[in-house]
Amino acid sequence: MEKFATLRSGVVPLPIENVDTDQIIPARFLKATTREGFGRNLFADWRYAADGQPKPDFVMNDARYQGHQILLAGQNFGCGSSREHAAWALYDAGFRVVISSYFADIFRGNALNTGLLPLQVTPAELQELFALVAQDAQAELTVDLPSQTLQVPGRPEPMHFELDAYKKECLINGYDDIDFLLSQESAITTFEQQRTWIF
Amino acid sequence: MPHTLFDKIWDAHVVRAVAGGLSVLYIDKHLIHEVTSPQAFDELTARGLTLRRPGQMLATADHNVPTRHQDQPIQDPLSRSQVEKLTENCARHGVELYGLGHPYQGIVHVIGPELGVTQPGLTIVCGDSHTSTHGAFGAIAFGIGTSQVAQVMASQCLLLDKPKRMRITVDGELLPGVSAKDVILHVIAQLGTGGATGYFVEYAGSAIRSLSMEGRMTVCNMSIEMGARGGLIAPDATTFEYLHGRPFAPQGEAWDRAVAYWQTLFSDEAAQFDAEHRFEASAIRPMITFGTNPGMGMPLAAHIPAPAAAAEAPSFEKSLRYMGFAAGESLLGKEISHVFIGSCTNSRIEDLRTVAAYVRGKRKAPHVEAIIVPGSKQVEQQAIAEGLDQVLAAAGFELREPGCSACLAMNEDKIPAGAYCVSTSNRNFEGRQGPGARTLLASPLVAAITAVEGRLVDVAEYVLEYANQD
Ligand code: SF4
Repeated sequence: MEKFATLRSGVVPLPIENVDTDQIIPARFLKATTREGFGRNLFADWRYAADGQPKPDFVMNDARYQGHQILLAGQNFGCGSSREHAAWALYDAGFRVVISSYFADIFRGNALNTGLLPLQVTPAELQELFALVAQDAQAELTVDLPSQTLQVPGRPEPMHFELDAYKKECLINGYDDIDFLLSQESAITTFEQQRTWIF
Repeated sequence: MPHTLFDKIWDAHVVRAVAGGLSVLYIDKHLIHEVTSPQAFDELTARGLTLRRPGQMLATADHNVPTRHQDQPIQDPLSRSQVEKLTENCARHGVELYGLGHPYQGIVHVIGPELGVTQPGLTIVCGDSHTSTHGAFGAIAFGIGTSQVAQVMASQCLLLDKPKRMRITVDGELLPGVSAKDVILHVIAQLGTGGATGYFVEYAGSAIRSLSMEGRMTVCNMSIEMGARGGLIAPDATTFEYLHGRPFAPQGEAWDRAVAYWQTLFSDEAAQFDAEHRFEASAIRPMITFGTNPGMGMPLAAHIPAPAAAAEAPSFEKSLRYMGFAAGESLLGKEISHVFIGSCTNSRIEDLRTVAAYVRGKRKAPHVEAIIVPGSKQVEQQAIAEGLDQVLAAAGFELREPGCSACLAMNEDKIPAGAYCVSTSNRNFEGRQGPGARTLLASPLVAAITAVEGRLVDVAEYVLEYANQD
């Protein structure tokens, strides 16, 4: 997993609620057996017409937002299927941070395991961010993971976000849970010998 | 101190509490399938790791398999290679695989229970969000991502936050023709798609107790559709009777010890939940969804409501536009071209019996394409043994071979763009059943009636006729 600490970038606004992982990456693109290459099919049915041509009204096809690495999305982002491919597709398409007022549980975990930061703000802050980007498509936000802050142009106080201390360390150092879990070997072995509910 | 059922099982599985509120949670059973496992196997290989407990794993091919001619090689090259990869990985790492052609093959959440692998008091995970289905047996079962699949393979553990506890109580008696599917669609319509995010739900109350194991699985299955990490139901005589004699259930003296333990798995009287919701069973009607998330549901005979809050309006309108519906509209009389009966929500033998009982001696409407995809090879064989295949064929329904099929449309079973499909599955997301497909979620009975009528009808009168048949 790549390390993540800070990022200054423009934003891609997607003011839709309950964006499910079937929209992020439709099931028919899940036939690959590697992690790479899902980015080209990110939001495929919103992004491309049936003939494969980009739909001009979808935000990812809007020239003003090209190269932006922060996705700004409506509440309950990532609900539905547990497919980690959704996080891989966002990452592969260049996103490093998703901001929403609310993430579905499994997506949040998958994003963190992919090196993609799910940054949760309050509903009011989310509205503020959408308003800012509506006014200035090139507005750049600065995400600072060590201090858990989001600096917003024209806003005197940065926004603060919560993240589990362990997960924060992992992201900053590029570690994942396997290393930690393997270090628990002796405790796990002892536990296995004491399970009484296997008949 | 009084404990909830969830706490009893969770706490027993904590290997170690880690600073910051995380726990190392031990996983008893790990189910895998072809779509979310290949990258996990590769990751292990890349790190030079092996599977810690391959004997605690079980694999099947379900998401991406054809539902016709399963005895022949898979036509689609990508699907074939994904299924082959699973076969290779399982052989190399010593994981039991019930692949195509095996008498136990089927949808992962159908075969675990029917084989008796799913048992009370266990922790069960799978790289699939509907793993919550197994909670019907009083197990802690939940879906995980592929990175976590690799973690469980390597360590048989996960590092997790403990979810909060919610209890959903449904008391009273269900009206005739109202099924477990209607109960859960009703609950999700009330709580919303994010209504249980961060929680693990226990379903309780007399209406839940009165459900068969199949019905309880339908309820727990859809827990994820309101954002819950999982759902569970305390095991009881219904659970034990279902499990008794199944291939992997304990036998003989071990069975008695198992039941003695399982009987301790319930929420203590004074146990505290972080949230409680109560519903009256008699207030639940046959349900249908009208939008593009499972929370957008209503009684079939009702009118499409307006969005609950102004902030939701844009997403709500986008959803209705996709469906070709308008707020305030009734769906009665709406022509339906496709009916899909299948998925881990409603593809078990009881569901097939419900459909067959209704369509016996009837014929589907000429313009309707009606397919039934059994949840497993065992369900299929049972349906044939009971003669249901004949009844269904005579009614113009096509009985396919087991798999996920049009629930997620990864294989060739897709609903055409713009077409309306009444489906017994669990998700009505945009494009879920194929690009542009419009899904209306309903119970097997509503789906059967719709197939015969060719349009949505107020099922109340049809239900009487159905009830009188028994
Ligand atoms: S039937 Fe549908 S919901 Fe169930 S496991 Fe298969 S794809 Fe997932």
